[in-house]
Amino acid sequence: MNGGLATAKPGTLFIAQLRRELTSILRSLAEALNPLVFLFLAITLFALGAGGDPETLGAYAPAIIWVLVLLANQLSLEAMFRRDFEDGTLEQLLLLARPLFIPILAKVCAQWCVTGLAMTLLSPIAAMMLYLPLDALGVTMLTLLTGSPAITLIGAVGAALTVGLRRGGVLLALLVLPLFVPTLIFGAGAIMQAVAGMGTSAQIYWLMAISMLSLTIGPFAVQAALRISLEQ
Amino acid sequence: MTLKEFWHRLGSPRWFYQISGHFGWAFGALALGLLVIGTFWGLAVAPPDYQQGNSFRIIYVHVPSAILAQSAYMLMGAAGLVLLVWRMKLADMVLATTVPFGMSMTALALFTGAVWGKPTWGAWWVWDARTTSMLVLLFLYIGLYALRQAVPRQETAGRACAVLAVVGVVNIPIIKYSVDWWLTLHQGATFKLTESPSMPPEMWLPLLVNVLGFYCFFGANLVGRLRLEILRREHGTAWVQELMAGGRT
Repeated sequence: MNGGLATAKPGTLFIAQLRRELTSILRSLAEALNPLVFLFLAITLFALGAGGDPETLGAYAPAIIWVLVLLANQLSLEAMFRRDFEDGTLEQLLLLARPLFIPILAKVCAQWCVTGLAMTLLSPIAAMMLYLPLDALGVTMLTLLTGSPAITLIGAVGAALTVGLRRGGVLLALLVLPLFVPTLIFGAGAIMQAVAGMGTSAQIYWLMAISMLSLTIGPFAVQAALRISLEQ
Repeated sequence: MTLKEFWHRLGSPRWFYQISGHFGWAFGALALGLLVIGTFWGLAVAPPDYQQGNSFRIIYVHVPSAILAQSAYMLMGAAGLVLLVWRMKLADMVLATTVPFGMSMTALALFTGAVWGKPTWGAWWVWDARTTSMLVLLFLYIGLYALRQAVPRQETAGRACAVLAVVGVVNIPIIKYSVDWWLTLHQGATFKLTESPSMPPEMWLPLLVNVLGFYCFFGANLVGRLRLEILRREHGTAWVQELMAGGRT
């Protein structure tokens, strides 16, 4: 097994790690669903706080959806490396897997499936709850689909940096939320443009560019951060 | 001494401590001179703005502090990269000592901006592009500071901060651009009174002097803090013990 991990082809390594991550997520599904429940709970609280007025909610829906997606993602990040760190799997992975960024990428991929992708698929419900005009629904899903990889990748760097710390939760938020600013601006901005009936391709391209940049740099930053975190 | 040799020598905090004493004083003296000249020139000699009157004079503190806030972050990104690649002790010390300075410069820029904004825009706080990116920069500084406090082992803390600083430097241009974009989406650039390129030389020359003065102040501050940090971290070594014993007698 160990020898297999060290000599496996990158593709095989990726698939094996992804399968392992997804299995592990499926076996503790309740935990994986918590961020999604949080998302809808927070939307309900927003609606209650605004008195359920369709006009107020509709006007703020792009911002509410995007901010809550960011927060729900951020909440789920803490668990990303936690269990593997505690039972020593992460250490084995760091010692054995070459190249290391491949399994990291698989981990990020699995994490994105249960957060970014799941939130994208559920966003129509969120949009209806917040009275977002139906015309903007497609753009909403598109911004979430193109923007959420960047969130997971940037967030993974923060999660890797704080995995060894006893109370990493608030610190993690402090580290990653400022880095989410561009994604939030382009994401919520595109939905607002769509509501106003204007073109949104520029923002979507920007979201894709940010995701691509994060994909290029992120795994290596996560790798460096994990090595540092496991030193102590 | 060749550049390569100099680079290798920087690996030794002791060597840096020995050569840096004079630099600190030189930077300090230059800073004092430039800041006195620039501030006096700006506050007393430069003509008042035709629109803002005398209230514009806060620019002589506001702009230098904003420039320094960004320069300090860039320096931290460079130091972070050096630390990650060459594991130079001094780079970690630069990283550690620049955070408080950069944070205070960012806070000063935001504060002077608010004070300036009140008479000019009629509000203490406006979600203007530059103000907003400075605020995000402040949060980035606070994050670096908090991370260093949270990680128990010093060496690990330094390298963790290095990763964060490098990621931050990559993100800063994107944040700046996106915030600019966001502003243009909301409203036109009506507030950029300082942006007029027709600012006369008698107004921007003292500003330039003050910016240089702030840089020298940064240099003096950095060297002074680095020397203290070197003594603090190397207090167990023979040369520091000797130095301290020598200083006492």
